[in-house]
Amino acid sequence: MRTNRVFAATALVAALGLTATACGGGSNDSGGSKSGGSTKGVTLTYWASNQGTSLDNDKQVLTPELKKFEQQTGIHVKLEVIGWADLLNRILAATTSGQGPDVLNIGNTWSASLQATGALLPFDSSNFAAIGGKDRFAPSAIASAGAAGQDPAAVPLYSMAYGLYYNKKMFADAGLKPPTTWAELDTDAKKLTTGGHYGIAVEGSNGSENIHHVFVLAKQRGSNWFDSSGKPTFTTDANVAAVKQYVDFIADGEAAKGDAEYAQNQTITDFATGKAAMMMWQSAATSIKAHGMTPDQYGVVPVPTQTAGATGDAGVTSMVAGINLSVFKSTKNKDAALKFVKFMTSTPEQKILNAAYGSIPPVTEAQNDPAFQTPDLKVLASVLGKSAAPLPQVPNESQFETLVGTAVKDLFADAAAGKSVTDASVKAALQKAQSQMPPS
Amino acid sequence: MTATAPPRSASEAGPDSGKSAGRGRLRPRIPQRLRNIALPYLLLLPALALELLIHIVPMVFGILISFKSLTLFYIRHWSSAPWAGFDNYKIAVKIHQPIGQALLHSFWVTIAFTVLSVGLSWLIGTAAAILMQDTFRGRALLRAIFLVPYALPVYAAVITWTFMFQQNTGLVNHVLHDQLHVTSDKPFWLIGGNSFWALVIVSVWKSWPFAFLALMAGLQNIPRELYEAAAMDGAGVWQQIRKITMPSLRPVNQVLVLVLFLWTFNDFNTPYVMFGQSAPHQADLISIHIYQSSFITWNFGSGSAMSVLLLLFLLLVTAVYLLITSRRRGDADA
Repeated sequence: MRTNRVFAATALVAALGLTATACGGGSNDSGGSKSGGSTKGVTLTYWASNQGTSLDNDKQVLTPELKKFEQQTGIHVKLEVIGWADLLNRILAATTSGQGPDVLNIGNTWSASLQATGALLPFDSSNFAAIGGKDRFAPSAIASAGAAGQDPAAVPLYSMAYGLYYNKKMFADAGLKPPTTWAELDTDAKKLTTGGHYGIAVEGSNGSENIHHVFVLAKQRGSNWFDSSGKPTFTTDANVAAVKQYVDFIADGEAAKGDAEYAQNQTITDFATGKAAMMMWQSAATSIKAHGMTPDQYGVVPVPTQTAGATGDAGVTSMVAGINLSVFKSTKNKDAALKFVKFMTSTPEQKILNAAYGSIPPVTEAQNDPAFQTPDLKVLASVLGKSAAPLPQVPNESQFETLVGTAVKDLFADAAAGKSVTDASVKAALQKAQSQMPPS
Repeated sequence: MTATAPPRSASEAGPDSGKSAGRGRLRPRIPQRLRNIALPYLLLLPALALELLIHIVPMVFGILISFKSLTLFYIRHWSSAPWAGFDNYKIAVKIHQPIGQALLHSFWVTIAFTVLSVGLSWLIGTAAAILMQDTFRGRALLRAIFLVPYALPVYAAVITWTFMFQQNTGLVNHVLHDQLHVTSDKPFWLIGGNSFWALVIVSVWKSWPFAFLALMAGLQNIPRELYEAAAMDGAGVWQQIRKITMPSLRPVNQVLVLVLFLWTFNDFNTPYVMFGQSAPHQADLISIHIYQSSFITWNFGSGSAMSVLLLLFLLLVTAVYLLITSRRRGDADA
């Protein structure tokens, strides 16, 4: 009797298991897109990234614009603002299941990785034509929308660039001018580090920030983090020197030791409250203001270079930072989705949205608007146009960010704990990161 | 089970066959014996189906994925990812290669963390439960307060700890350095070596109330007469605890320690909220490590293989633990 039962139960389990598996394999989305027909009455889902001071703030900024779009086209857009901590995982889940939004924002450094998954609609010439043409966008912004030599997987929506923010009063009191080379910055920072104030603040536990800075510092030395075939080259002398230069801000005492654990934008707080005289940040005007510092109290200059007036790679002072707009390939409303992309990248919308978020329009025509002629945005726009380079657009970019970003974070921790950070220890850390990169 | 089943089924079948006239035609064809066997399974079916859907199917898929090289190039059509055989496993267990070495390091960190956390949680929980065994004024209130960490949402609790552990502005350093002058410098808690201890502290704070709760319930079942008899025989408090309380709590402890072990070993929320996506080297718990290996680096095959290895390890530990503790209990009972 008992064996009978066991047998029956096993058979049942097996049968159920098989049916469930069959179901799992069968839910295949044909991805047939509604083309040609009317897009009126269609509802699009739009995943927006968090650009404002809060998710609610984003909703307040975007909702009136989406209403405008609905009035113009009859297409309703369902908005969901997603925090940065969740966005990539949500996109990955949507990619795996094929059940995702129609249009979405992505961090532009993810472009090549997401492009490699094949989840995003490539912007070939016909898709670009549908949204008004490729040459409306700044070339550097387009270069950060996918791997070179392939149709971009996205179009740029908001652009940003790094600049060196400095406290005017602290510089004037010390009789200093904003630095143009790293040697000058080091001298200034040491001079400004007195009485509980520090020369500069860095966001040591934020892996992405770390990556953005060591990328520029390496680029200025003519080094990349990947070779032309996409293989990691983390341990070149130039990359080691770049990481060491960045970590030395804490090791040399120019930045507070506590900066090593900063990961919640405390850098901006320190700068705005006068605890630090300088910081390297992207489009920080809104956040600085939120902490009570007025625009006339600080200035923005390009991030220093190794030698004054350097050009080419040596003159790169920023990554191309920004947000891209993508269409999910499995969307059933491709035409409506492209109409929405066209709307969001139209000159009037670019002006409204970028002004609201304190970013720079990647659509060149929109850049002339007075909203972007403030002293700081003028500097950042010129950086973006002249001395910004996109992060490596390789499929393994996100692994690079994680592994090297963490390695730099750990090196900061060493420096803050008083352990000496040497070329050898930096190289060992980078070697470890590189050996954990997946073969590609 | 076999002894009780037949009479129960018979009584259930009796009134049923009388009522349902419509199905009466079909009934005789199914032998009574089969009906008796089938009924319990029929009743179990909904539960089984859900169990399959929620637990077994995802597990099977996880195991399946661990044999595939599922990277970002394939997640869109993941069933078409190439089979990797045991490659993912080989990479994970090659302890002289970087990925295996990192996994092993993470494994040892997790073991140390788990042993410390479970040990301390159990110790504090037991001490508190025994101290609160006798009635006194305010006992109910204290009990309620003790249970607060267990009742708080994990995120809110841990993020508060993270603020307290901040080097510059945190409460912990304010007390240790500014008020008590215990440390000459403000130590870091969220990066470097101390991050391990910060993790242990938060984990113990979070899990000891559960130990307390379980042991408190266990203590209710010990007859007071035992203590009275022991006291008459001249046994002191310590002897009472050692000779009466602890042996009586053995069945509770057996389950409690196992559950705490499994929870702590697999804890993801605490390190994730404290350190974000990249934990410091010294506090690199295996759950975060596997998360990084799969979600951050988009190598789901490798992450799944590590998960399966973890599952096997935990199964082994659980089996050995149950075997040893049950045998010991069997000895004690005999």
